[in-house]
Amino acid sequence: MKEIYLDNNATTKVDELVFEEMRPYFCELYGNPSSMHFFGGQVQKKVDQARARVAALLGAHPDEIVFTACGTESDNSAIRSALEVFPEKRHIITSRVEHPAVLTQCRNLTKRGYRVTELNVDGEGRLDMAELEAALDDDTALVSLMYANNETGVIFPIEEAAKLVKAKGALFHTDAVQAVGKIPLDMAASSIDLLSISGHKLHAPKGVGVLYVRRGTPFRPFLVGGHQERGRRAGTENTASIIAMGKACELAMEHMADENTRVRAMRDRLERELSALIPNTRINGGGADRLPNTLSIAMEFVEGEGILLLLSEKGICASSGSACTSGSLEPSHVLRAMGVPFTCAHGSIRFSLSRFTTDAEIDTVIKELPPIIHRLREMSPFGREFLNKK
Amino acid sequence: MWDYTDKVKEHFLNPRNVGEIEDADAVGEVGSLACGDALKLFIKLDEKKERIVDAKFQTFGCGSAIASSSALTEMVKGKTLDEALQVTNQEIADFLGGLPEEKMHCSVMGQEALEAAIAKYRGVDAPAHGHGHDHVENEGEIVCKCFGLTDGFLKKVIAANKLHTAEQVTHFTKAGGACGGCIPKIKEIIAEVMGEEKKAAASKPAAKLTNLKKMQLIQEVLENEVRPQLWADGGDLELVDIDGSNVQVAFRKACAGCASSGYTAKFVEQKLRELVAPDINVQEVQG
Repeated sequence: MKEIYLDNNATTKVDELVFEEMRPYFCELYGNPSSMHFFGGQVQKKVDQARARVAALLGAHPDEIVFTACGTESDNSAIRSALEVFPEKRHIITSRVEHPAVLTQCRNLTKRGYRVTELNVDGEGRLDMAELEAALDDDTALVSLMYANNETGVIFPIEEAAKLVKAKGALFHTDAVQAVGKIPLDMAASSIDLLSISGHKLHAPKGVGVLYVRRGTPFRPFLVGGHQERGRRAGTENTASIIAMGKACELAMEHMADENTRVRAMRDRLERELSALIPNTRINGGGADRLPNTLSIAMEFVEGEGILLLLSEKGICASSGSACTSGSLEPSHVLRAMGVPFTCAHGSIRFSLSRFTTDAEIDTVIKELPPIIHRLREMSPFGREFLNKK
Repeated sequence: MWDYTDKVKEHFLNPRNVGEIEDADAVGEVGSLACGDALKLFIKLDEKKERIVDAKFQTFGCGSAIASSSALTEMVKGKTLDEALQVTNQEIADFLGGLPEEKMHCSVMGQEALEAAIAKYRGVDAPAHGHGHDHVENEGEIVCKCFGLTDGFLKKVIAANKLHTAEQVTHFTKAGGACGGCIPKIKEIIAEVMGEEKKAAASKPAAKLTNLKKMQLIQEVLENEVRPQLWADGGDLELVDIDGSNVQVAFRKACAGCASSGYTAKFVEQKLRELVAPDINVQEVQG
């Protein structure tokens, strides 16, 4: 069975061009970029090129790019660094809908005496800038807010937030793992201090990430040891993956327009048709500014895991904001923070597209999902009540 | 992805007995939309009102909740009501070739629905569980506010399935799985249930242990009582040797080289003296 992969916010296919770019750096060009000999030196040149390619996608300077092992490491490094830079400040601001890579660390810091403010979101998943402004004080070391939400695709007004935060003298970090490569970013015209990227969300392999550190932003490394990454991240470079990351960023730039036109149109069609064919649905974050590739759709009276398993039988890969798939029992913290009613939160499914998604695949989902929902509703006591009323 | 057995998958994809029985003799309902799973069970008895001739279900929930409901209806057909009441959640799980521990609450829900249906038919109160809406106020106090579970229900599941940790209680009942606020209380309840079991065991005439029995018991106590507590602090131990009443253990992970290992050895000794035999000595060895 050929898979229909609509779970690109979880991870993406490595673009074949990216794989070709990295392939020689395992068995042939395996030198250490730090070595004095020509054999390491030629790898150093490719790592430099990769750094320049990542910088180009972000509108940044190459020396602002620090390669890490993953998005989570970038997030953790940014938060720890900010707190070390301002040892006297004991307050952090984040939001209730952050990825666990940020939220778990912030919550752990409360045990070490830090005050953490988690900003609320409204029913569409949007931030309230007035709440951010009110939460900022002289004790605030860091504000960490995601660029775009992984579950709903809702985009935060990050530049506006960054300006407010900078005016108060705190550092501003954004987890931009879902945004980079999907929407244009320009660090040259930005107030962001620190920004996290993950390779495998933009068609590079797993195990490589980036932390953008603005020139002039004080920084303390998380990993110490060697002098790699100009002392900001010790450890021998994951050369093949870094080179892959550079290529992936170059390709992301080339495909940016496609992502925001063709991919967006496919997402919009999926949203429109499913909403028309399946009664009692709602679009989570539908009223907000969203990523072009993400659709979070809630279907009342059914539970997400059953939907996913039946979709999987048809070869369709999606994800749910439901509890039972994740090991936790509470529906997704993101949907709960948005106040999505329990009747919907348990039956929320996320489709996340990529440039490799085709119209034919979208047609298949539009054909297969409505009967699956009908079948599960017939099986559910609440679904039956609803169907009988109709 | 969950590691579901083929039987779970098969019962999820082709559930038996979905629907309703219009002239059912008994109907049991547990769970709610807010809980994330719910089960409505219909039972039809024979003319003498003795044996279950038909059972049907409606389930809102994950794959294993649907499979557990399907299994339950297959298992109770042909049984008398008393026989049906003997079905345990573990048997429902076994029927399906096992469930991931995180999903055991699905099998518990099946058992609860069955109890609720039979209790309703007999006109008596269902045992306290709190999972259904009707019975919350009947017995015990609510421990888990998120899922509305009472201490009476939790005690029953803890004792029946020999649960030792709060995490296991969450997997079997969902209690503590949302906000986590009741986890300290769940730990207290586990301690209480374990204490009662110990008392029951102690009240039996103390038989002289054979060496073999003693060795088995020492191993059991170390596995079930001691190691889980050490794990909680990132430590562990290994049983090195048993010579009569002398037990040699080696500490591992965080316990190895820990300055407090002397206290830990004392704790192990206390547990073994309490639960195995009063003359046990514990010695820490390097190994």
